[in-house]
Amino acid sequence: MKVPVLLFASYADAFRAPQLEVTLADGATVRDLLVRVKELAAGHALPPSPLVALNQRYAAPGEVIRAGDEVALIPPVAGG
Amino acid sequence: MRTALVTRAIDATALLHEVASEEHGATSLFLGTVRDVNDGRTVTGIEYAAYPAMAAAELSRIATEAVQRFGTERLVVEHRVGELALGDVSVAIAVSHPHRSPALDATRYVIEQLKRRVPIWKREHYSDGTNEWVDPTLAARGARISTAETNPSTPGSRLPAAS
Repeated sequence: MKVPVLLFASYADAFRAPQLEVTLADGATVRDLLVRVKELAAGHALPPSPLVALNQRYAAPGEVIRAGDEVALIPPVAGG
Repeated sequence: MRTALVTRAIDATALLHEVASEEHGATSLFLGTVRDVNDGRTVTGIEYAAYPAMAAAELSRIATEAVQRFGTERLVVEHRVGELALGDVSVAIAVSHPHRSPALDATRYVIEQLKRRVPIWKREHYSDGTNEWVDPTLAARGARISTAETNPSTPGSRLPAAS
């Protein structure tokens, strides 16, 4: 399945786009997603363990990504 | 209880009025403002960016937790996004409660959780014309390395480790 991945702030700058698309096998997890994203040209700009959100909640590495999920990579937050 | 991301100036007085109650003897207000120096560099302005839908959702989850923990519905949080100038208020938290201790504790809870969990980022503009996204984990990593020998414990986190 093709999964759109939202990017923000420093990650959007690194990938020069607000969104990218990765192809994942059915049953793929957050961990699988990160492996795929780090293979991309700008993947080296990511920290060792980037945070991922599924449907606007932080997701654990073992969570399964389903078609239609809203997926986002979350750079280190700096609000306040 | 109300939470919001806003693109206009934050009116702290309006928030105080919003949480006021004749049954409440204590009102706590926290304001975060844009400061002029960070990490030794002169800051001329800041841009706050957000993942708007998740930031709103996470802010609401934090406020709900505070309402449940500290026992007051009179809690309002606003975080501003967009271009801010020095001295502008970036975040405001107002809480009222019958007693001071829960009012203060709830305020503290919301700002600490907000800084750890809400997907908002800031790009600082410096006096030399450069700009940079602020990464609080860089300073935290440096601090952990420098204190590793005297304090081997790992700081806890509500965020899931990603690998």
